[in-house]
Amino acid sequence: MAMIEVHNLTKSYRVHKRAPGIAAALRSVLKRRYETVKAVEDLSFAIAEGERVGFLGPNGAGKTTTLKVLAGLLHPTSGDVRVGDYVPYTRDPRFLKLITLVMGQKQQLLWDLPPADTYAMNRAIYEVPRAQADETVRTLTELLEIGDLIHKPTRQLSLGERMKCELVAALLHRPRVLFLDEPTIGLDVSMQAKMRDFVRDYNERFGAAVLLTSHYMDDVVALCPRIVVIDRGHLIYDGDLRELVRRVRPDKHVTIRFSKPVDKADLARLGTVVSADAAQAVLSVPAAQASAVVRDALAALPIVDLTIEEPPLEEVMRELFHAGGREPSKQDPVGPGDTRAHA
Amino acid sequence: MTDAAAPARPTAAAELTRAIRAFPTLLRIGVAEVVAYRAEFLVWILTTNMPMVMLALWHAVAADGPVGRFDQTQFTAYYLGVLVVRLATSNWMAWQMSMEIRDGTLSAKLLRPIHPLYSYAADHLAAIPMRVLVVSPIVAALIATSWGRLVRHDPKLLLILLASLLGAWLLVYFSMVLLGSIAFFVDSAMGPFELWIGVHAIFSGYLIPLEVLPVWVRGAANVLPFRFMLAFPVEALVGLLSPAQALRLLGAQWLYVAVTGWLALRAWRAGIRRYAAFGG
Repeated sequence: MAMIEVHNLTKSYRVHKRAPGIAAALRSVLKRRYETVKAVEDLSFAIAEGERVGFLGPNGAGKTTTLKVLAGLLHPTSGDVRVGDYVPYTRDPRFLKLITLVMGQKQQLLWDLPPADTYAMNRAIYEVPRAQADETVRTLTELLEIGDLIHKPTRQLSLGERMKCELVAALLHRPRVLFLDEPTIGLDVSMQAKMRDFVRDYNERFGAAVLLTSHYMDDVVALCPRIVVIDRGHLIYDGDLRELVRRVRPDKHVTIRFSKPVDKADLARLGTVVSADAAQAVLSVPAAQASAVVRDALAALPIVDLTIEEPPLEEVMRELFHAGGREPSKQDPVGPGDTRAHA
Repeated sequence: MTDAAAPARPTAAAELTRAIRAFPTLLRIGVAEVVAYRAEFLVWILTTNMPMVMLALWHAVAADGPVGRFDQTQFTAYYLGVLVVRLATSNWMAWQMSMEIRDGTLSAKLLRPIHPLYSYAADHLAAIPMRVLVVSPIVAALIATSWGRLVRHDPKLLLILLASLLGAWLLVYFSMVLLGSIAFFVDSAMGPFELWIGVHAIFSGYLIPLEVLPVWVRGAANVLPFRFMLAFPVEALVGLLSPAQALRLLGAQWLYVAVTGWLALRAWRAGIRRYAAFGG
């Protein structure tokens, strides 16, 4: 059953445009020039209950705008959006209890008070029974290792500490839909991993749907079997993450460690040399030839260790956006307009 | 897309009931925020001392004889009353809304299952306990200097005074929502807010009692809403109104409350459709 349904969503902004300089500023007082910018255009997708979906795109692609429409902050210019049967922009209190939106760049914590006060406020506003709220706060603070931090004024916390406290505030009412916009921003590597584990655990325990945007591809790889990719407001891919990688980069990276230096010409015979030094080389080879390349390498080179990997997702996305989304859309398994939910 | 209609929205009464249940916590948090800003808060209170300056001025003028019904004692009672009513009913929500709409901070309020206007109301009601502390010496001075002039004996006038204070708070609050909502449509509501402060100072009786203004200004003040935000409760407090006058003015005040409240809600709803949720 679809928890989130987006059908032909378009969101436009009217933007005031003017050239730099004092003369242009004075002219703009008398006559303003406006331009309509389509942040999202004709976007359709659906997300099932309990599904974890990565929402990717370059800066300005329309990801945050879409999340804000889904959370009811923005009115769509056209199209239909439903989240758990509710129309988000009506901001029905039952809808608002169903969702949470975590924005890495914006916070809901009260700036001059300790996070514990924000939790008390949310408990009252969301009508969470005290025992449940206390248990949730205790569990989450232990898991995120923020113990005493929740009693320090928010303004005295580091960015990473605030993000962890923010997550507790966002999940206090146990929402069934999580909109996560850069939730690991500012966190160190180990805490990023912990946060991912935490989101996955929450998703599995409560069957919550998760829509995640992140510029850390590790977040997406670890959490999201499915991704929705948009560029300049348009859907360019919706489907399995591995399938996208296979289509955009139908090659494998073979990493070889040597017991002694080898000739570069010997490596070039096996595949495209991505990098090479005396101890290690990375070759790019067509996926279908990977096993043959491995066999030849083992026979011909002084190998200590060998691994075969997909190209990094960062490279895949870079190539995808560089191509303007043209390549995957030719063979898009779930093209724009198809709003079927993925189980 | 499913064709099923969205569930019917809870009634306004149900939403109000939920808000009332949350109010004690919201007020407690609001008080904690005011206390966190205690130095800034006290400085702000001190900036509202203009009535004391005006009192000194009019006290000197009235030394040669009363101005209309205002002798020196009446001026003292009036301006101390202005301070009390102003501290009890004023708020700076248009400024706050303008900032929050402009930088997107409003989003946090919009994401909570309580109408943001209830949250704002709680924020500003929470300032009242601190203000009471500040007002206490002024009230003591008012009682000491003007005991004989204060409304004390007529229960009807006392009730009207209480209703007028509530009406004044609501009228200021809805006016602030209306002004603050301008920020949804233009870049900032600060210009209109500053204009409002200037016009309010003249026509509300904040600077000068309406009775001693020129006739044409008084005529304008009688039909504008500003007197019902300040001068009317003050006049009721310091015994300048008969029960019949006070009742008539109370009716007019609450009519303004209803109209301004309706306009404020319309402006809010229209504005929310245009909210751009900047940031994030």
